[in-house]
Amino acid sequence: MPNKTLQVNSPGNWTDIISPQTSIFDLKLKEVWRYRDLLFLFVKRDFVSTYKQTILGPIWFFIQPLLTTLTFVVIFGNIAKLSTDGLPMTLFYMAGITMWNYFSDCLNKTATVFKDNAGIFGKVYFPRLIMPLSIVVSNLIRFGIQFLLFIICWAWFYFTTDSVHPNWFILLTPYLVLIMALLALGAGMIISAMTTKYRDLIFLLGFGIQLFMYATPVIYPMSSLSVKYGWIIRANPLSSIIETFRYAFTGSGQFSWGALAYSSVFTLVMLVMGTVIFNKVEKSFMDSV
Amino acid sequence: MSDTVVKVEHLSKQYKLGYIGTGTLSHDLNRMWHKIRGKDDPYLKIGEANDRSAKGTSDYVWSLRDINFEIEQGDAVGIIGRNGAGKSTLLKILSKVTQPTTGTIKTKGRIASLLEVGTGFHPELSGRDNIFLNGAIMGMRKEEIKRKLDAIVDFSGVERYIDTPVKRYSSGMYVRLAFAVAAHLESEILIVDEVLAVGDAEFQKKCLGKMGEVSRGEGRTVLFVSHNMMAVQTLCVKGIVLKNGAIDFQGKTETAVARYLHENSNPGMLLSEKPRYGNAAIQFTSVQLQDLEGNIIGSVESGKDFKVCLSYTVNDPGHDFKGIQISLNIMDHYGMAIYNHHNLLVNKLFGGSDLIAGNMFVVTIRKIPLAEGNYMVGINMFQEFSAIDVVENAFDIDVVGSDAFNYKNAPNPRHGIVLMDTDWEIK
Repeated sequence: MPNKTLQVNSPGNWTDIISPQTSIFDLKLKEVWRYRDLLFLFVKRDFVSTYKQTILGPIWFFIQPLLTTLTFVVIFGNIAKLSTDGLPMTLFYMAGITMWNYFSDCLNKTATVFKDNAGIFGKVYFPRLIMPLSIVVSNLIRFGIQFLLFIICWAWFYFTTDSVHPNWFILLTPYLVLIMALLALGAGMIISAMTTKYRDLIFLLGFGIQLFMYATPVIYPMSSLSVKYGWIIRANPLSSIIETFRYAFTGSGQFSWGALAYSSVFTLVMLVMGTVIFNKVEKSFMDSV
Repeated sequence: MSDTVVKVEHLSKQYKLGYIGTGTLSHDLNRMWHKIRGKDDPYLKIGEANDRSAKGTSDYVWSLRDINFEIEQGDAVGIIGRNGAGKSTLLKILSKVTQPTTGTIKTKGRIASLLEVGTGFHPELSGRDNIFLNGAIMGMRKEEIKRKLDAIVDFSGVERYIDTPVKRYSSGMYVRLAFAVAAHLESEILIVDEVLAVGDAEFQKKCLGKMGEVSRGEGRTVLFVSHNMMAVQTLCVKGIVLKNGAIDFQGKTETAVARYLHENSNPGMLLSEKPRYGNAAIQFTSVQLQDLEGNIIGSVESGKDFKVCLSYTVNDPGHDFKGIQISLNIMDHYGMAIYNHHNLLVNKLFGGSDLIAGNMFVVTIRKIPLAEGNYMVGINMFQEFSAIDVVENAFDIDVVGSDAFNYKNAPNPRHGIVLMDTDWEIK
């Protein structure tokens, strides 16, 4: 203890300066690293508290995508008769849903991060960036469980039918998940900054995410696109991620390095923008939330 | 050796009143337009001092305006002031929860702030998990918490429940655990906001003891905000009095406390706009609290003497004033009557030539036996059985804790609001 106080005794050597204006590129990433333990404690909290006092516990993570897949099979596959590129319907939808769920969960949660955590944020300081990061990581665990379900389903079709042709692009999966997570993080942070003061966007968000799903090849393959609306889907950075994922595991669909590069660059831009905006809003949001 | 560890320079904080809505957007756009042209924020020029009782003309108020002070290594500084004086805003800026509008704060060393105990506690997690979570939120590393886990559990005194979800805890246990984590933070500067107002007497004493130990024993710097003057006086060596967002006084604690209690600028509470009934031949106009020397005071210390002075105007000079009865009803916050006193009880009626403009009704209350808190007072004036002027909710009295009746600790108002002069002995 005494040598610690000696350290701070030298005059004119301030360790911290609080002032109204700070550089927009001062992202305090060093501080985020120092608080990394907190990130994992938040993740643990989220994971443990979601299934506390439920009988089925983590099994709920399985049930949700299973039911969604079933719904999609019935509605889009059997009633609307949308193309699945010759794949078994269950596998086709499950591939899309597993990926999409991760993205939409991350986006939904990060977009309201200030509003949801106003209580903690208003009382104690820690690098706010920890919060959206912890959301992305704790949803990753959820994604992992759902991915396991997908693998089981995929393996079953692989061994019982000959419609599934996996290829080496499977090795890209971690990268796909990463850019999807970062894209959700970046977009979520931008939206969170905007919803802090004006809550109007929150109402749009739920609707917007739903609409976004239809602009992403989740329930239909890229190959079924008409020339007229195809560009919208191709401009969507998420399209190539989900299409590549499906292509890697099943061999049907399209793959292009160009589209993937586009998604990566788009994600990077969103992430940097999101972080800068988030850091700017973070300092004064308590007065307007 | 004078080492400044906290230096606050020209610190101000502006808030907008009212709701954030469509009007805000136009202000935001105007602000942006000024910024683009390289001009100053137009809304920083306006705004007024933050006096919550006076009706203002501007939508912007300065919660803090041009605050300057320095705190030296190892000082325990008490920050006192009435509600809305800017204490919490200052603490929020110091703990980086919000940003100042203008000005800077320079600090040396790690700051731990306790604006609330148990921030981030999750009801479903066990006490042990919450210690880690809460500790990490306040900036501790995992190893650090592990090292101190035994000490924290020991200090909290909830060992038996440590693996039970905290939602099963009694509120007292919850607070004990939360404070225990906070008390074991390793920081050079500790900021504490009235967290001591919780827990039972034994625990409060423990908290105060710990804080004294922190500031005197370990040489750490403590900033302490409280309404409990006794706690401030025992714990702090220096005091800062805030008033309407500005520093009213800084210096020795005793002087600061005295200054706060005898806050001179309050000319008395006006009664003209209060709901009232009666024939209005005479009406109360304002109320002033004074100490026995006649100094105007803003609040009263438990167990001390003071005077309530009621000014009045005579609206109907032709009225036959005889046998005027005045009574004072002290109520708690829920409106429950605590005490009623009228001049008939001491066999003194007013009337005749005493009742001229410029005089006041003066009630001297000796050793007010009320614990710390805010009390409402109603005043009535009757003649025989007809009401002349009845103001049921006329003003309030802030009673602050003290060592009245030789109490060693200011009693917790939640355990009873009446104080008694007592002795204990064994025979």
